[in-house]
Amino acid sequence: MSNLRKRPEISYFRFARDRFKSSMAEVYGITMFGMRFFRYVFVPPYEFAEVRKHLDNLGSKSIPLLTVVGLIMGLILALQSRPTLDRFGAGAFLPAMIALTIVRELGPVITALIVAGRVSSGIGAEVGSMKVTEQIDALEVSAVDPYNFLVVTRVLACMIIMPLLTAYVDFLAIFGGFVSEWVSANSSFQLYFTEVIQSLTFYDILPGVGKTIAFGYIIGVIGAYQGFHTSRGTEGVGRAATSAVVLASLNIIFLDMVIIQLTLILFGPGV
Amino acid sequence: MTQSNSVLIDVEQVWKSFGDLDVLKGISLRVHDGSSDVILGRSGIGKSVLLKSIVGLLIPERGHIDVMGHSVIGMKTRELNRLRKNIGYVFQYAALYDSLTVRENLEFPLRKHTDASESDITDRVLEQLRLVGLTDAIDKMPSELSGGMKKRIGLARAIIKRPKIVLYDEPTAGLDPITAREISELILSLEEQFGITSITVTHDLECARIIANQIYILDDGVFQHSGTYDELKASSDPYTRAFFQVAT
Repeated sequence: MSNLRKRPEISYFRFARDRFKSSMAEVYGITMFGMRFFRYVFVPPYEFAEVRKHLDNLGSKSIPLLTVVGLIMGLILALQSRPTLDRFGAGAFLPAMIALTIVRELGPVITALIVAGRVSSGIGAEVGSMKVTEQIDALEVSAVDPYNFLVVTRVLACMIIMPLLTAYVDFLAIFGGFVSEWVSANSSFQLYFTEVIQSLTFYDILPGVGKTIAFGYIIGVIGAYQGFHTSRGTEGVGRAATSAVVLASLNIIFLDMVIIQLTLILFGPGV
Repeated sequence: MTQSNSVLIDVEQVWKSFGDLDVLKGISLRVHDGSSDVILGRSGIGKSVLLKSIVGLLIPERGHIDVMGHSVIGMKTRELNRLRKNIGYVFQYAALYDSLTVRENLEFPLRKHTDASESDITDRVLEQLRLVGLTDAIDKMPSELSGGMKKRIGLARAIIKRPKIVLYDEPTAGLDPITAREISELILSLEEQFGITSITVTHDLECARIIANQIYILDDGVFQHSGTYDELKASSDPYTRAFFQVAT
């Protein structure tokens, strides 16, 4: 009877310590995995055909979703901001506010989060599936370096495509803001875009676009890392895809915070 | 098949463990040039671990593995890749690249490691497909192929560079007896045609009977017995007898 009453000995401290250690091991693993990219990317063989294939795959297939998101993001921003700005008599600043918000922050981050959801999970699942079906081993015994062939090509494609996709989303979101303004206030196209262009400086565009290269790196590396470390069959593939999205999204937001601070230090608060 | 005295694969006292589990416990094996050796054993006993160690996919904790006179353990990746160009590997489930067509799967090793022209590559791919009897499947995706077809394409891909050595990991696993026999006969015919030295791991006795010059029985991390098919079949050793009885 006394045995039945005995509670299982759960050491919360030990549990927390083990989780912390495994998390740190994963952070270390991802960091080392990601650092290898810089060692491989400049060394032949260069897999240009693979990079081109991934660029096409990542870019063209992300565009429909990003088109919808970009337009709606601009519409919502304009609809939400107009009453507040009007209350302070600052309605005329709406185009500038939309442009700065989109180019500096919302465009890059929302694009990165959407691409992380679509692409990072896709890379995790694809590479994970190759891992569990021994296709990565097959590459290795064919004397092809799997890291160079699978990881470098995908990460590079993500780093190239992200600024382009972000520029596309930025444009659509600003255009979405115009549509809202045109419907609600019959704003002129020429006036709206003149104000948009006048409000943006080099120091708004450069960090906004520049950080998307870093986001692309994160999306590619985390997706590929999760795929490369998949185990336990198809269940593991699903887990790799989910972990890739979660970790990539978290890292994008964390990195964004760091880059904002650095931008403020380097370029000042701007306008 | 004609064998020579030169040793192509020399495995000596190899130990490999995963965590606390010792899988290979000082295993030794010598494969002569031109020989077709088969490793028999129950599932999960370490047969594939040995094959993967020979090709450098797994690194044993102790022992020596020499392939074509080169020590695999501790070899630099670049040298290992140079050695791997002489080795074909047929995976248990073929491991075809599922984003590539059959043609692209076969072209892959040639494009990566040869300077062959487009027409030479196409000719070689067609020749391989003729050898394995699957010319019609050239533009199919791996997902459109049956298990037996995948094995044939995996086999074609493994030998397209005319390697000196081919390692087969369960080449007939998951196939019906008729297809399994066809695959075994295909392996034998290709090995004779191209003078391939091979190690095959399997638990398919019929496959072993067809292709093996020498059979090794793996149990408890080492080879417990070896001999020709007929010698082992007549063996009085209880484990060997049990293996042959259950399998037949």
